[in-house]
Amino acid sequence: MNTRKILYQFGYQRCRDQDSPSPVRHPIVVVGAGPVGLCTAIDLAQRGVKVVLLDDADRIGEGSRGICYAKRTLEILDRLGVAEPCLERGVTWKLGKVFQRDELLYAFDLLPEDGHKMPAFINLQQYYLEHALVERAAELPNLDIRWRNKVIAIERRDDGAMLTIETPEGAYSIDADWVVAADGARSALRDMLGLAFQGEVFEDRFLIADVKMQGDFPPERWFWFDPPFHEGRSALLHKQPHDVWRIDLQLGSDADAKAEQAPERVIPRIRQMLGHDDFALEWVSVYTFQCRRLERFTHGRVVFAGDAAHQVSPFGARGANSGIQDAENLAWKLALVVKGEATESLIDSYDLERSAAADENIGHSTRSTDFIAPRSAQELRFRDATLALARHATFAKRMVNSGRLSMPSTYETPLSTPDVDDWSGSACLGAPLPDAPMRDRDGQPVWLLEALGNEEVLLHVPNGEPPPAGSNVIVIGRDLIDETGLFAQRFDARPGSTYLVRPDHHLAARWRHATPALIANASRRLRGFEGEQA
Amino acid sequence: MNALVTESRFADPDRAYRGLIEAHRGLTDEQSAALNSRLVLILANHIGDHAVLREALELAKRHDDSGTGNSWDGS
Repeated sequence: MNTRKILYQFGYQRCRDQDSPSPVRHPIVVVGAGPVGLCTAIDLAQRGVKVVLLDDADRIGEGSRGICYAKRTLEILDRLGVAEPCLERGVTWKLGKVFQRDELLYAFDLLPEDGHKMPAFINLQQYYLEHALVERAAELPNLDIRWRNKVIAIERRDDGAMLTIETPEGAYSIDADWVVAADGARSALRDMLGLAFQGEVFEDRFLIADVKMQGDFPPERWFWFDPPFHEGRSALLHKQPHDVWRIDLQLGSDADAKAEQAPERVIPRIRQMLGHDDFALEWVSVYTFQCRRLERFTHGRVVFAGDAAHQVSPFGARGANSGIQDAENLAWKLALVVKGEATESLIDSYDLERSAAADENIGHSTRSTDFIAPRSAQELRFRDATLALARHATFAKRMVNSGRLSMPSTYETPLSTPDVDDWSGSACLGAPLPDAPMRDRDGQPVWLLEALGNEEVLLHVPNGEPPPAGSNVIVIGRDLIDETGLFAQRFDARPGSTYLVRPDHHLAARWRHATPALIANASRRLRGFEGEQA
Repeated sequence: MNALVTESRFADPDRAYRGLIEAHRGLTDEQSAALNSRLVLILANHIGDHAVLREALELAKRHDDSGTGNSWDGS
């Protein structure tokens, strides 16, 4: 049942490239205007790169789809200028509860400390995020979105690719120095290049029912093993904006996908759960899932991102979140390469860093699935034994797995300069910087992550000596005031401490006593120039 | 005297759980039961302490009837 009205409709428009006698050449063409493609294109455009974004459809809004957006994703969206509308609309949450039958097994808090601009999570229908991104894209003059432009052929060359694009007015071709394939789990570009997409297939079917109702549940993630209203299976309840609730019910491997979507089947299940009839179905879908990935995300000048590159189970909200993190990882690197400020080999680090992230995400979501949907009598016994022991033994409680929610990856990467000093605090080499509340030169409150900008930047704690030279240096105590001491605490900062931050806000290097040569080498290294001598 | 440790000891408990699941993939129910029996004997010997073993048995026996009530529906 997908009868939901279309929320946003965009028009096809003829573009000049269609009238050109020979294919027009573009530095970057992004294929797919979902969250991943939109974020990639916006990030590139913000970095001053011209980008064409193609999408085969011309509308968004069919089904709520991905609804959980993690703190790290919100930080990225903030840099792209779209976090505000998402936060305004979204349901902020950080608590999860796990029940067995009707008894609370345990609760978890995904962000137990204050002093971060972004919350642990928001829930928001995917179409609202996409709409906010499309509106942002429209503000960027060097971002050219083309709806109902469907790529039907790709011809790869050493220095790019030629794309053949079908439109309502016939086909045309363009040349691209780089192609970003963000065309989703059923990526047409992946098929056109004949690339294998391999991994584990899971047979259990799950029912998603988004229902509209006045519920008095708190904005928390509630997960049940064997609830009284859905015996022997699992259930999930999550709040979305506008009184819409996501209900996710495990159906088992022999459920009939088509029959289970019929309202006469869905409504009794929901009634059983809620104990009343006072709800309306917004969106219903039955899904199975797979955990799989491309062996390589880069194929010459064609780079895969998001679901086109890797697919995970929904437990843990690792699909859209990891895809948006792909986008952010790729955009600054492509921008540097296109501008000639880094060599092409920098793109290899995208493959390395985001492959490792994909493996991490697939590992977590596979293990969650093992626990939620046991595949044999013995697996079920292990699962039930864990749940039973969890009431009395904390080790078992920690093994109860209802989905481990998306966290950003810490990159072990040649772009980082290994630590030579000892550091404590929550900042970690290769990880995104922790946020902290600061004040600017005028005493106005500003968040650390807001102050970092889009470029590589140095943070320096003064020690009486002249601060490092260069235009992109933030001196703590001068440019940013650490009034609360949280910066010092999270970064283990002392006089002289200096931090080199990548354009994607991951920590690239840090020193207790930096020298210009150390900084210059680390800066070259983060742009992919390896093997520099100290 | 040593006591049974029920605090979490694995840095990554999910990985340990996955290790157990993977060891049983592809086994018949009987093979699984046999594997588990060998595993229990190996771990009991590793503990090497009657008091701890007795405590572990007591904890395990407290949960005889607490399954989710799932029936395994084949394959």
